[in-house]
Amino acid sequence: MSQEVQVIQSLDAEGLALNSVSLWNITWHRLLRRKSAIIGMVILGILIITALTAQWIAPYSPIRSMLDVAGYPVRPEKRQSPCIHAFGCPEDRPQHIMGLDGNARDEFSRILYGTRLSLIVGLSTVSFAIVIGTVLGALGGYFGGWIDNVIMRTMDVLLAFPSLLLAIAIVTVLGPGLQNALLAIGIVSIPAYARVVRASVLSVREMEYVSATRALGGDAIQILFRRILPNALTPLIVQGTLGFATAILDAAALSFLGLGAQPPTPEWGAMLGAERNQVFTAPHLVFLPGIAIALTVLAFNLLGDGLRDALDPRLAHVS
Amino acid sequence: MTTYILRRILLSIPVLFGILFATFALGRLIPGDPCRAMLGEKATDAVCNEFIQRHGLDKPILVQFGYYVNEIAHGDFGRSFRFSKPVGELLMERLPITVELSMAALLVSIFVGVPLGVISAVRHNSWVDVVTMLWANTGVSMPVFWLGLMLAYIFALALKDTPFQLPPSGRLSPGLITVPFYEIWGLELTPGTTTFTIVDFLSRMNILNGLLSTDFALVKDALVHLILPALALSTIPMALIARMTRSAMLEVLGQDYIRTARAKGLRQRVVVMKHAFSNAQLPLVTVIGLSLGGLLGGAVLTETVFNLSGVGRILYEAITARDYGIVQAFTVVIAIFFVILNLIVDISYAYLDPRIRLE
Repeated sequence: MSQEVQVIQSLDAEGLALNSVSLWNITWHRLLRRKSAIIGMVILGILIITALTAQWIAPYSPIRSMLDVAGYPVRPEKRQSPCIHAFGCPEDRPQHIMGLDGNARDEFSRILYGTRLSLIVGLSTVSFAIVIGTVLGALGGYFGGWIDNVIMRTMDVLLAFPSLLLAIAIVTVLGPGLQNALLAIGIVSIPAYARVVRASVLSVREMEYVSATRALGGDAIQILFRRILPNALTPLIVQGTLGFATAILDAAALSFLGLGAQPPTPEWGAMLGAERNQVFTAPHLVFLPGIAIALTVLAFNLLGDGLRDALDPRLAHVS
Repeated sequence: MTTYILRRILLSIPVLFGILFATFALGRLIPGDPCRAMLGEKATDAVCNEFIQRHGLDKPILVQFGYYVNEIAHGDFGRSFRFSKPVGELLMERLPITVELSMAALLVSIFVGVPLGVISAVRHNSWVDVVTMLWANTGVSMPVFWLGLMLAYIFALALKDTPFQLPPSGRLSPGLITVPFYEIWGLELTPGTTTFTIVDFLSRMNILNGLLSTDFALVKDALVHLILPALALSTIPMALIARMTRSAMLEVLGQDYIRTARAKGLRQRVVVMKHAFSNAQLPLVTVIGLSLGGLLGGAVLTETVFNLSGVGRILYEAITARDYGIVQAFTVVIAIFFVILNLIVDISYAYLDPRIRLE
């Protein structure tokens, strides 16, 4: 029997206690029933731990070339393939489980530090887009009229561009760099959140409980934040989780094109872009950062899908 | 239907203006002297003065916007200093390559994604279903540039000297010369006319050109070169399409009329294809429309990886050379292209579902 049913039944037995089963509780139990969501959470957990502990678990500095490391026993070779002692790499050579990159830096350490950057990229762009998108969507949905028109038509224009191209155009103007890339990705993802929030606001704006609050003398801010916006929370969480995935992919693409993180920053897309012409001679330098990106994006996608099903049971049987 | 189409076209006009304004504003946000941003650092004062005169850069901002709209309406996108050619000409040369690539990728994703989605819905929870969904989830998570590089590595190096070896870059084998089909047909066209522009545009798509001039060696060579980029670019839309087809089919297959059809003793194939699939097409059109943006964005990355000299590749070179004019012009053109594609998607939506045009 599933945990969710158990929870609800045990609470049923206690009668009144039913009130205390929160939406989060139910969601959590539903989430745990989905294998893909669990896989997503496990990968994400590992990534978060890696990001937090990168400076202790990384064997070398992510930006220091082995050529500069004093007391390095052998002359390091650029783009050296992985050397793992357990797999027969001679003991007298220093271990580099993912090899060295084009500047003789330890690829493994760079990948570990890259986790940190990727999560920051996702977090900063998604929070930026959510805050602005929520404000715009709430204003448009609540006040309607010309405010709504202006806001939503602007969103339409933003959506009229293929998102990566708009991001490229913005970064080209602002100048390459991680911060500008993040700003660009944040801007292009605003419409998705604005639309979600606006739809939720519209769906509850005319409900009795909102009218009741108004009749009791609640002001617009109170109605919006206390009564209306909580309804937008679940779709926002789903959109935000999936948004992490897109943001990380887009940021990697911008960095790959040389518009995002600049060397020597250990960013996966930039690492891949720097070595892309070496794919035939040093495939590990292309393969590994790509796997790291794909795994991170996959984790957010799996979790986002799981959350969507868990928060909206009506969809559970179709996806 | 006609009213619907007209209304839909009218509705996209403000969006087009919005696009123009956004790209215009982006152009004005470029730090420093707009003339040197557009013409390169080496532009002389005389050239710059002429440039400022011509684009009305000494006039109020709204008048400048008027100049800009007017220029674009006349197909004048300025000149690229990186390629020392009019941007419009560059576009007409390079756009066919991007269109060919995106079309190929879209076709692959539809012809593989739809059957996979249908099969996994019909055989719900079977191994086909599990594998398809697993692959769909990983498919949408893979960076297209990485996938492209990996495909190139596998098919050009790992499978070298096997029948599966494929070229990792370029559009044609070195030494192969293409003759535009209109020359083979003996058409007398004057450069500069609309007919010439359209015919020339079509002739730049190698596969189409090969087919029209019945040069099958060219078709084969072009196809062989297109496989890897198209495969890389199609992965994400294919995954989305498979997923959407599957969920739409699952929803439809649970309906009462499907049970009725089965109870009547209709064959499985008829039930699935005629009764179920016809009703699952609508969400499919939506997801295809949604994938178009990703396709155009992905084309930039794919062309960079496979060295295809399309719009994306040129955009990449323009970014590296800080040729803002090209970036601005290409962004406008691709956005307009995208709006038109979305318009077509919307119209076909209304065609498939009569309820929409009556709203």
